Amino acid sequence: MIQAVMVISTQAKPRLLKFYNFQPPEKHQDLVRSVFQLLSARPDSVSNFVEVDSIFGPGTKMVYKHLATLYFVFVFDSSENELAMLDLIQVFVETLDRCFKNVCELDIVFNFNKLHTILDEMILGGQVIETSSEQIMKSVEEIARLEKQSSTTSLIPKSISERFSR
Amino acid sequence: MEQLRTIGRELAMGSQGGWGQSKEFLDLVKSIGEARSKAEEDRIIARELEHLKRRLADPDVPRRKMKELLLRLVYAEMLGHDASFGHIHAVKMTHDESLPLKRTGYLAVALFLDERHDLVILVVNTIQKDLRSDNYLVVCAALTAACRLIGEEAIPAVLPQVVELLAHPKEAVRKKAVMALHRFYQRSPSSVSHLVSNFRKRLCDNDPGVMGATLCPLYDLILEEPNAYKDLVVSFVNILKQVAERRLPTSYDYHQMPAPFIQIKLLKILAVLGSGDKQASGHMYTVLGDIFRKGDTASNIGNAILYECICCISSIFPNPKMLEAAAETTSKFLKSDSHNLKYMGIDALGRLIKINPDIAEEHQLAVIDCLEDPDDTLKRKTFELLYKMTKSTNVEVIVDRMIEYMINITDHHYKTEIASRCVELAEQFAPSNQWFIQTMNKVFEHAGDLVNIRVAHNLMRLIAEGFGEEDEGADSQLRSSAVDSYLRIVGEPKLPSSFLQIICWVLGEYGTADGKYSASYIIGKLCDVAEAHLTDDTVKAYAISGILKIFAFEIALGRKIDMLPECQTLVDELSASHSTDLQQRAYELQALLGLDKRAVESAMPADASCEDIEVDRNLSFLNSYVQQALENGAAPYIPESERSGVISVGSYKSQEQQETSAHTLRFEAYEMPKPSLALATSQVSMSTPPTDLVPVPDPGYYKEDHQTSRSQPSGDAISGEFGVKLRLDGVQKKWGRPTYSSSTPSSSASSQQATNGGSYSDGGGSTSSQARESSYGSKRQQGTEISAEKQRLAASLFGSAAAKADRKAQASRKASKENASAEKATASSAAPQPVKEQVIPAVPPPDLLDLGDEPVSSSPPSADPFSQLEGLLGPASATPVVSGAPATSTSKAPDLMSIFSDDVPTGATSGSTDPALGDVNLIKGATTAAAKKGPSLQDALQKDATARQVGVTPTGNNPNLFKDLLG
Repeated sequence: MIQAVMVISTQAKPRLLKFYNFQPPEKHQDLVRSVFQLLSARPDSVSNFVEVDSIFGPGTKMVYKHLATLYFVFVFDSSENELAMLDLIQVFVETLDRCFKNVCELDIVFNFNKLHTILDEMILGGQVIETSSEQIMKSVEEIARLEKQSSTTSLIPKSISERFSR
Repeated sequence: MEQLRTIGRELAMGSQGGWGQSKEFLDLVKSIGEARSKAEEDRIIARELEHLKRRLADPDVPRRKMKELLLRLVYAEMLGHDASFGHIHAVKMTHDESLPLKRTGYLAVALFLDERHDLVILVVNTIQKDLRSDNYLVVCAALTAACRLIGEEAIPAVLPQVVELLAHPKEAVRKKAVMALHRFYQRSPSSVSHLVSNFRKRLCDNDPGVMGATLCPLYDLILEEPNAYKDLVVSFVNILKQVAERRLPTSYDYHQMPAPFIQIKLLKILAVLGSGDKQASGHMYTVLGDIFRKGDTASNIGNAILYECICCISSIFPNPKMLEAAAETTSKFLKSDSHNLKYMGIDALGRLIKINPDIAEEHQLAVIDCLEDPDDTLKRKTFELLYKMTKSTNVEVIVDRMIEYMINITDHHYKTEIASRCVELAEQFAPSNQWFIQTMNKVFEHAGDLVNIRVAHNLMRLIAEGFGEEDEGADSQLRSSAVDSYLRIVGEPKLPSSFLQIICWVLGEYGTADGKYSASYIIGKLCDVAEAHLTDDTVKAYAISGILKIFAFEIALGRKIDMLPECQTLVDELSASHSTDLQQRAYELQALLGLDKRAVESAMPADASCEDIEVDRNLSFLNSYVQQALENGAAPYIPESERSGVISVGSYKSQEQQETSAHTLRFEAYEMPKPSLALATSQVSMSTPPTDLVPVPDPGYYKEDHQTSRSQPSGDAISGEFGVKLRLDGVQKKWGRPTYSSSTPSSSASSQQATNGGSYSDGGGSTSSQARESSYGSKRQQGTEISAEKQRLAASLFGSAAAKADRKAQASRKASKENASAEKATASSAAPQPVKEQVIPAVPPPDLLDLGDEPVSSSPPSADPFSQLEGLLGPASATPVVSGAPATSTSKAPDLMSIFSDDVPTGATSGSTDPALGDVNLIKGATTAAAKKGPSLQDALQKDATARQVGVTPTGNNPNLFKDLLG
């Protein structure tokens, strides 16, 4: 299964963290730091795979892709295929690109909740459920549409709405 | 009015970004981005958190705004700041009616909390309600949260709804319900075990996406219990066939590949189901062949499928045609320029050589390129491959390479791993003891603190026991070379502790043995070690014991040596040490210096570290003394079981005292050791009141015992011979598990050669050199641009592969004709044969190697050369050996038991010699004088036999080259 999805900037700032095996929040920064150290030490022309037993436990591997100012990192165990994971990153990035039109780091920073939405459509409980970026986009747009519909009533302060609902 | 203004601002913000991020958030991100230091960033976020805390608690915040506040909280937490105060707000938000807020709430909750968190209980109820919602998006959000937050106890609360959702009209919901169920299964298999049939049902779902999702839980289930799902093999093959033939809607295509993720999952499942199952594998060959034919090596995902195919083929029942296709694809991977593909190629090669080791030979240069590649991942993968293909013929090159690499890496985790692999390979395949010791020295020098202390003990043991043959000359040469090398190294700074322990032990034991170095020189060195490592008590203990031994040997030789001033300082310092152990050793040294030659000789005999310490547990030698005491009117001993309540002080003088003394206080003071009573008194003084003891060694008894328990862990020379009291941990472990002896087969091989007609060792030698030549030849044809060095490396790594195969074929033809299958199959099934041949002369007990149910080669060696030899020498012990394997194993059983029993000193199961072990510490000294070092031939032979037994124990777990075939 997939254990973690991370997006880290080349400045070592986390842009998206999602762990499918719970990691206590205190540990997140350590993980980001050790992953970043590993990645920044790797030259450009080498493979996209790293074995990360020392960070995520025995048998874990990491596939990453370095795009512009971001590292996209997937951590997973032996039940996944490395090359396939590399393509999953591709799917993820393609979807982001469709979503934001020429995605850049700023889009990701400001819309990290949308990234979560996209990721939830792709991966659930550490398993891949959807790999077509078109399909993912459709679901995400559907969600956006329905959210807009129902959000018109939400401008009332909660103290008032609570009073109403009682 | 104020509110209206807020609303107005909100509306304005809403138009700014599609997702309604406010200016505040933009400013926050911007100021973090511009922060010049971590401290500044922390300050900004701390301020932000203060602000959020205030706003979240404010009832007049619009709910829409709440969403944004929560997202900012999530953001702060992602940056590593504690936002736990907001968790409750996230939980509250999941209760909200509006979809965006609910979704945001779920998102935040899933990121903040885990199933063990206290607040989760507040969410379970909401999830339960939302799973019943009409809005499928709400259901999806609830399912996503359920995957994350529902722990074992909460599963029953939501399970009925999730199962209902398996039949939901929306396929997105069905898919997520399957995944949620899978997640529940991972959390607690028992709670959903009755629902497993649902996964089978979903496999027939109309929607291929749901079917694909179902493969995930099925894969896990099949991994657990493949046999329960054999009936699905045909269905899986059919699905795979349909997918590969593009019967799915084109929306499932990815980069022109039909549903590649489904294909990969299916191939993984088939690999498990077909493993070792000829019939099931039979169904798969056609579709696998199809996939290979259609394989697209241009795209990444195409290669992913091909790689998965190779994995599948190497896992299922082998088929020559398939293997050929797999090997071909592997070579494409290896020849590729992409590092990713090379990595996959190396991995695939590692899988294929398990079935057919010859495949590696073809790719030798590619493998060596990978080994020298700057890519660390690739390098490590290649080392893993080399580790899998190590044999006695290429072990030197491989281990040298590994050590070279090990020295240069800083990653502790991997360094530990590679060091332990070096040790394992060296123990398993070492061509000579000399090489083994040198290799171990290197490993210890560079990674000493990372390897198991057991390895250090094995090394010491090897140096002490030598080749296990009668050739004393070679042994002493080995030792003096070890001493030489250690004297060279010892001055270097920063040696790991365990390595220093070895050095001190070896210098103490053998430093002066060959007369090359003077005693005071060695003592000086040992003093330096102790001084240089003030904080390491263990090293100091080893050093002082080494000094003690040197003194003892010198006194025994009748030489007078002066106490060096630095040595005196050391002794004085240690006598006042806080560590009782060090104190003890220092006092021992001082006491020893006062003894006369004869006493010292028996207390610390030279080169006796391998001798056994026999312990008479019943203290029978005291009988006469007890008798005398009784006659003189002493109270008779009453065993503890018969005593009623009152424990008399007198009972401490009883035989049982070893046990009681372990638990209770001792009331009597120790008496001063009496040097005139030789060592026995002083040695036992620790545990027994000296008045109780009169050493009455019974030579006959010991002699007899000596024979049967030859290989019992001979105590540490220090603790054993000078038993006053020593570090007990060292005693047992030092002679710990004798796995190192796997290097000794080299010694036995020479004698095997004589009688076995060279079928193993002889043939191996000649063919390997031939093969090497031939591989050279073939390479010259390949081209001249390959450097000579690389070729040499290739030859040393792989050249032997051909030889090995040749030999195997020979062996198989010679040994049995039972395999009349295809040629490839013969070659591979012959793999275990050499092992067997090696094993037979050693005759281990069947339970160790589990050879019992195997067709042990149809023509066993007509007579074991060793048994013949033994027959000549000692009829008593030889007879059982001649009578064949089973008999031998039983006769050897106690030996073997005692070898292993040192790991479990208290185990009562390990036979006659074991109880003695428990007491070694307490009364070990009493019998030392009796244990003589007798270089009897029979002893040596027996020792050798044991060594060979040990040499083939499966502790080293050979990188399962033969696992599939043996299983």
